[in-house]
Amino acid sequence: MTALPKLIFDLSREGKIGCGLAEADVPAEPVIDSACLRAGIADFPEVSEVEIVRHYMALSRLNYSLDAGFYPLGSCTMKYNPKINEKLAAGDEFQAHPYAPHDLVQGNLEIMARLEEWLVVLTGMAGFTLTPAAGAHGEFTGMLVIRKYLQEKGDARKVVLIPDSAHGTNPASAHFAGYEIREIPSNAQGIIGIEELRAHLKPDVAALMMTNPNTLGIFESNISAIAEALHANGSLLYMDGANLNALLGIVRPGDLGVDVMHINLHKTFATPHGGGGPGSGPVGVASHLLPFLPVPRVRRNQDRFEVVYDDPRSIGRVKNFYGQFLVMVRALAYLLALGRENVRRVAEDAVLNANYIRKKLEGVLDLPYKTPSLHEVVFSDHGLPVKTLDIAKRLLDYGFHPFTIYFPLIVHGAMMIEPTETESKETLDEFIGVMNTILREARENPELLRQAPVQTPVRRLDETLAARKPVLKWRRGENI
Amino acid sequence: MRYLPLTDLEREEMKKTIGISDIKELFSCIPSGKCYPSLADLPPALSEPELIAAFKEMGRKNRFADHLSFLGAGACAHFIPEVVSYLSSRGEFLTPYTPYQPEVSQGSLQAIFEYQTMMTMLTGLDVANASLYDGATAAAEAVLLAVRKSGRSRVLLAASLHPEYAAVIRTYVQNLPIELQTVAINEKDGRVDENDLNSKLDGATAAFVFQSPNFLGIVENSRSLAAATHAREAHAVQVVSEAMSLAYLMPAADCGVDLVVGEAQSFGLSLGFGGPYLGFMTAREEFLRQMPGRLVGQTVDLDGKRGYVLTLSTREQHIKREKATSNICSNEAWCALRAGMYLAVMGKTGLARAARTCHLNAAYFAAAAASLKQIKVVYPENFYNEVLIEVKKGRAGDFLAALKKKGILAGVPMNRFDTAWQNRLLLAFSEVHDRKAIDRLLVAMGECA
Repeated sequence: MTALPKLIFDLSREGKIGCGLAEADVPAEPVIDSACLRAGIADFPEVSEVEIVRHYMALSRLNYSLDAGFYPLGSCTMKYNPKINEKLAAGDEFQAHPYAPHDLVQGNLEIMARLEEWLVVLTGMAGFTLTPAAGAHGEFTGMLVIRKYLQEKGDARKVVLIPDSAHGTNPASAHFAGYEIREIPSNAQGIIGIEELRAHLKPDVAALMMTNPNTLGIFESNISAIAEALHANGSLLYMDGANLNALLGIVRPGDLGVDVMHINLHKTFATPHGGGGPGSGPVGVASHLLPFLPVPRVRRNQDRFEVVYDDPRSIGRVKNFYGQFLVMVRALAYLLALGRENVRRVAEDAVLNANYIRKKLEGVLDLPYKTPSLHEVVFSDHGLPVKTLDIAKRLLDYGFHPFTIYFPLIVHGAMMIEPTETESKETLDEFIGVMNTILREARENPELLRQAPVQTPVRRLDETLAARKPVLKWRRGENI
Repeated sequence: MRYLPLTDLEREEMKKTIGISDIKELFSCIPSGKCYPSLADLPPALSEPELIAAFKEMGRKNRFADHLSFLGAGACAHFIPEVVSYLSSRGEFLTPYTPYQPEVSQGSLQAIFEYQTMMTMLTGLDVANASLYDGATAAAEAVLLAVRKSGRSRVLLAASLHPEYAAVIRTYVQNLPIELQTVAINEKDGRVDENDLNSKLDGATAAFVFQSPNFLGIVENSRSLAAATHAREAHAVQVVSEAMSLAYLMPAADCGVDLVVGEAQSFGLSLGFGGPYLGFMTAREEFLRQMPGRLVGQTVDLDGKRGYVLTLSTREQHIKREKATSNICSNEAWCALRAGMYLAVMGKTGLARAARTCHLNAAYFAAAAASLKQIKVVYPENFYNEVLIEVKKGRAGDFLAALKKKGILAGVPMNRFDTAWQNRLLLAFSEVHDRKAIDRLLVAMGECA
C-alpha cells in the first residue's frame, strides 16, 4: 500500500518560499492603528513551489474520479465533463468583475441569456433564474417563490407534501422557507398514487415537491393528474429536476403542469462536480410565477443585454452577484456542442444504458419495484449474505466507484445505479461482470467482502471515532 | 456525437438484450401526447472548432479586460500563482463527486482538512467548515446559526454590511420567526455607531453581525463591538468580504469575536463575473454541532492508518431532513481545495506580503488623492484596501464615465446600493496594482474635472 502524503504543515520549514510576489513598490506607510495589525500567522505553511506540486500530485493520486473511470452514483448523473468546456471557462475574456459596467460585459450577459433560452426550450418553463448556487439552493429559492406567490394571493399556507423517496434536501429546503413537511408514502409501483395524494391534499397544502423521474428511477406517470388535483386545491407543483437527464428532448416538465422546477447544471449539463461543488441550480417557473424570481435577472433587448436589479414582487436576492457564472459557461458550451440533433440522444442513451444494466443484473439482485426504469435502477440487498456496504466497498477493489447506497430510504439496502449516457457498452459489460464476480464471492467467501477494500490507499475508516472525538484541523505535534 | 460512446450497432444489441425493438418503448411510461416536443428552436450542433469560435465571438463582446480596474466591493482581482491553476485543474480534483467513499477520496479530503486548518489559523477560531456558497450566503447561514444556538430571535445587522449580503440575509429569514434590525454607521469615522448598537442590544438579541473591513472599507474596532455584544450575551459575528485582510489584521478571535464568516474569492479564485466563489465559516468550538455544511475530520482505518472522512453528518439534511442545520448539499468543495492550494503556495511570507501590499497601495492612493481638488477621500485612515472617495464637483457618474474613456474603472459607484450614497465611489487596491498603475489613475483623475 502507498504511504499517505504528509500534511502540508509537516512539510513546512522556516524560510522556504513558494510564491514569487515582490514587495510593494509604493512609498507608503500603513494608515491603520498598529494595534489592529497581526504579527505573523503562526504555523502557516512555508513550502517551496516544487514541494507544493509534489504534495498535491501525491494527493491527486489518492482520488478516484470520473476521468479515471466509471462512476455510477445514482441520482448524481456523473457524466463525462468535456475538456474544452474547462478551457473556455478559464478564458481571460470571461473573468470580468461582477460590477463591471454592462457595456463591457455584453458577452457574459449573452452567455447567461442564451443559457436561459436553452433551458426554457428544454423544459417548457416560462423563464429561469440562474442565480442559485446548487440544487438545494434552487429548491430553497423555488419554495420562496411559491410562498411569495401564495402570500400575494392572501394565503401562504403551512404545509409542503414530500414523498418518502425524496432526497433529504427537499424537506430541509421547504423547512427553511417556513413550511411544515407532510410525508406521502409511495405506492406499490414506487410512485405517488393519485389516491395517496388526495388523502393528504388539505386546504393548508402550499405545494408538492416531486422528483421526476424519482429516486427509484421511475417516471411519476400520474404527474398530469397530480398537477390538476394540486391546482384545483390552489396548491402548486414543484419538480426537483435532479434527474432531468432522462427527460431531455423527451418530455418537458412545463407541459406536464409543473409550476416550479430546479435543474442541476452539474448533473444534467455536464459541469464537473469538483469533489462536492461548485454546482449551479437554476430555477424555472411557469409564467404566473415569473415576477417572483430572485434578482438580478438578465434580459435580452434585441441584440443588447440588460440586467434588472429591482423587481418589487421578487423574493429578493438569494446570492451575491449573478450566481455561479463559470459553471453557466460550461453548461452553455455543452449544450451548444450537443445541438438540437443530440439532446434527445442523451436521454435515450442514458435510459438505454440503465435498462441494459437492469436487465443484466435483475436475475442476480432483488429488484423491489418492477415498474419500468428510466435513467437509473435501484436494487435491494434482499437475500444477500452480505450488506450493500460490503458490495460497494468490494467494487472499489475492482477499480469501480460504487453506486449510491442506502438511498432512497424506502428500499432496504438500496443500490442505486445510474450509468449515464457517456459510458460505453464495454464499460457496462465490465461492470456487470464485476458485479457477478462480487456476488459469487459474497456467497463463497463473504468475509472477503466484509474486509474490503484492500486495494485502496486506506481501508475502511472509523467514522464513529471521527464523530465522537472530532479532529477537524492539524495541530502541531498532535496529528499522527 | 463525440460525448456519446455507443455505436448504432451496440444500441441495437442492447435493445435486443432488453427486449425492445424501438427506443421509444423505454419511454412508454410518459403520457404519450406530451412526448417528443419540437426542438426546432434550438441551434444545430457545433463541432469543437465551431464551439471555440462561438465563445471567441462572445468573448470579444467583453471589454472589461482592456481596462485598468479598481473594482472591489466583495470581489477583488488578486494574483494567482500558476501552480494553483495547474494543480487544481487536474481531473483527479475536478471530476470526483462528494467524497462519500473516503477510501478513494483521501486526496480531496486531506486537501480540505488542510484548508480548514489554514482558515482557523487566519481567523484564530477553533473550527472551519469545508465551505458554503459565497460570502452572502455564509452571512445568512451565520444568522441562522446564531439564532439556533442562542434560542433568541432578534439579529442586529450593521448598516455597513455589504448591501447584497444584507439583502440575502433578508431573503433567507423572510419566512422565519427572526427579526432584523439595522445598526447605524457613525458618519464621522465610518465605523459602527456604538451608541446605536448599545441602545439596540437587548436580552432577545441573538447576534450582532458586522463586517470588517466594512463596506466603506473601514476596519472596525472588533474588540469593542464584541465586548458590547457579549455584555448582552449575544453572539458577535464578523463578516469578511476581503479575505486577504485576514492575513494583515488582528485575528478576529483575539478580538473576542465568536463567528467569522465571509467570502474567500481572494484566495486563488478568478473574478469569474461573480462566481463560483467560496463562502467560509469559522467558529468557536461551542458552535460545532450546530454548524451548517460539510466538515472533514481525521480518523483511522482498520489498520490504524491515518485517514479523513466527512464527519458529524448527523447535522445534515441527508440524515436529519427538515431538522438539519442547513439544506446545503453540494457546496464549493473545489473552490475550497483551490483556496487551500493558494494559501499553501503563498505561504506564511507570501500571503503576509500580498496582504500588506494591498493596504500600502490603498494608502499610497489615499495620500496622493487627498491633494486632488476634484475629490475628497472620505475616510483618510483605518481602511484596509478599499478607499471611499467623494466627487466634489458634478456627478460621480460623469466622473466615472470620463475615466472609463481613459481605460480606467475607477471604483464602484455607491449609489447603486443606496441612494443616500450619492457621488461616492469605492476603489479597491490589491497586489495586482503597482505604483505605475496607481499613478496612472491619479493623473487621470486629476484630468477629469
